[in-house]
Amino acid sequence: MSNLKLIIKREFIARVRNKTFVVMTFLSPLIVVGMISLIAWLTTLNNDEIHKVAFLDETGLFTSDFKDSDKVDYIDYSALPLNDAKDSVVIKQLNGLLYIPKKNTNRELATAIQFYADESPNISALNKIEKIIGDKLTNQNFTEKGLDLSMIENAKAKVNIQIENFSGEKTSKMSSYVKMVFGGAAGYFLMMFIIIYGNMVMRSVIEEKSNRIIEIIISSVKPLQLMMGKILGTSFAGILQFLVWVILGGVLLTIATSIFGIDPQPVGMDQSLALQEGNHEEIQLLLQDIMKLPLGTLIFSFFIYFIGGYFLYSSIYAAIGAAVDSETDSQQFMLPIILPLMLGIYVGFFSVIENPHGTVSMVFSMIPLTSPIVMLMRIPFGVPWWEVLISILLLIGSIIFIIWLAGKIYRVGILMYGKKPSYKELFKWIKY
Amino acid sequence: MTNLLEVRQATKRFGTFTALEDVSIQVPKGSIFGLLGPNGAGKTTLIRIINQITLPDEGSVYLDNELLNPKHIRDIGYLPEERGLYKSMKVGEQALYLAQLKGLSKTEAKERLKFWFDKFEITHWWNKKIQELSKGMAQKVQFIVTILHRPKLLIFDEPFSGFDPINANVIKDEILQLRDEGATVIFSTHRMESVEELCDHIALINKSKKILEGEVTEIKRMYKSNTFEVGLLTDDHDTIYRSLKEKFIVTPADFKVIDDQLKMKITLDDNASSNELLQYLSGRGQVMRFNEVIPGVNEIFIKTITENE
Repeated sequence: MSNLKLIIKREFIARVRNKTFVVMTFLSPLIVVGMISLIAWLTTLNNDEIHKVAFLDETGLFTSDFKDSDKVDYIDYSALPLNDAKDSVVIKQLNGLLYIPKKNTNRELATAIQFYADESPNISALNKIEKIIGDKLTNQNFTEKGLDLSMIENAKAKVNIQIENFSGEKTSKMSSYVKMVFGGAAGYFLMMFIIIYGNMVMRSVIEEKSNRIIEIIISSVKPLQLMMGKILGTSFAGILQFLVWVILGGVLLTIATSIFGIDPQPVGMDQSLALQEGNHEEIQLLLQDIMKLPLGTLIFSFFIYFIGGYFLYSSIYAAIGAAVDSETDSQQFMLPIILPLMLGIYVGFFSVIENPHGTVSMVFSMIPLTSPIVMLMRIPFGVPWWEVLISILLLIGSIIFIIWLAGKIYRVGILMYGKKPSYKELFKWIKY
Repeated sequence: MTNLLEVRQATKRFGTFTALEDVSIQVPKGSIFGLLGPNGAGKTTLIRIINQITLPDEGSVYLDNELLNPKHIRDIGYLPEERGLYKSMKVGEQALYLAQLKGLSKTEAKERLKFWFDKFEITHWWNKKIQELSKGMAQKVQFIVTILHRPKLLIFDEPFSGFDPINANVIKDEILQLRDEGATVIFSTHRMESVEELCDHIALINKSKKILEGEVTEIKRMYKSNTFEVGLLTDDHDTIYRSLKEKFIVTPADFKVIDDQLKMKITLDDNASSNELLQYLSGRGQVMRFNEVIPGVNEIFIKTITENE
């Protein structure tokens, strides 16, 4: 077996056998699913609570409009004087008292209504009340002006713009959201992977240094070989862990959903918009859009940028690990890693979504340190092939350069003990 | 005698610091070669160059008359001074891994490891983790791993540190046996008594330069000063001492005796014979002790270093 394979195998086994790794692999999905279930459950709990609201309607206009719903119970106190009603609400521990005074005009009335409550009232309940009163008053105004309500209702125009491209294919309005979700998920996933497993590479380098085994190893293998073996071995362990997370998380989530009978998915804007209209055509278009995404390109470029981005960053992590004696010393070198990653994510979520082909998005999808994340987010929106090509070529070029650079620092650093390295020192090592 | 290893005019600089300057050494086949020098002299750099961990800026290294190249890695066994093992890895697995990195097949490595583990009576450690072993125990494992692939050239940097005297002896015997079986050994240490005991050749490096190299006996011959340690039983110490002082260079000496001897060191001229001295002495008392003072490696070490300062 070649030395590289041996190193990869050892690194993989060392990672996978590590107790923390095993615990995290199986515990994380449990914790995450548990949290989601808990939050979902708590939300339903809160929603079950029924607000009891008393109302004192001096106008007598709205009595019939306050109908008990599953959220709010209305109690009619219109017969009582205001002060008695207030006392009664306090004694009976109701959630509040709605006071509708008698006014001459609807305009005056609209601003004179008051809600008495010790605790600030539930916003959704209050909105509902406002809507009931508002609708009623609006309709009254219409009738006063002699307008027929049914005519007004008929006169309302519902506009639904159909989007079609020039070759005649219809697309859904939601397609931007779909693309955003795909790109965003890919970019975010890459960032998490880099941070988690890059750190693991770094720790593994520091471990070899502090165990003092490094000199024994590199009398048998080339430092660059060792570094690459580490990066690859750790990434395989990472892919395994992610697979377990996805599978276990999926299974657990399914179980949790069926047991508690709750929908753990927070109702996103896209769903609610599409569903509330009950617009089947829209949903169909949406599915069509998903199918029409350049899936091949998407998957291909995901692999390229994923592998490229991971190699780029984990070789920097490896170099940092070689430069320091302990993990605490590594903090000062974390900024050059975290900063471009964060920048990539922010540019992705703000610029790319706003304008996927704008200058900012375009530039950041070319710069190698941010390109894996930003380009992954841009690709669902359709990027010209030559832009992708340039970006990939730049990425590959800089990977080679960074690995060479990191290898230099690595081979000097692993044999240095007790020196607190500065950037200046690292620069000197490159020239050794 | 042919040389297994030749370092020719090796120079290595780190930035502005010169770690090794124009150093050449010749390590004869089958010898135990002591690489000596104070801390920071450049020994480790030289060893790392031989191990191809660092490349020299100038100069070249030949192993078995061949320019050093990556395939030679398997011909060298190196026990560095800064040594350790993976703490959380099992002893057996670790030894197998390191042996495989040196090019042994898994089955072969297993077989040889079994032999050595039995020999050192550590077979029951196989499934233990290094963190459960003491430092000396871990050193035994490291020693086995260093020699397992039967390299032509063995490089030991302070091999006895961390061993108790009994185990140090075991290791020493193993090194000697490996030499007898044909291996060449480079031995870097500060312990002069083990150099005295083991090495037949030495090189002395100070401040990145080689200042002395050769066969130990040859060097000792060079450094001896025709001085003899003498113990003489006489009636009158003072008179004889004074008369000797007129004829020879005499300095007081100290060694353990059980009776009242006159103890001194007598240095003769370079071409004077020891028989003359012995004759002279035997006429003046009973000679109880008469031996040539041969400088130890330790003295040579200190003398050369201080002379070079």
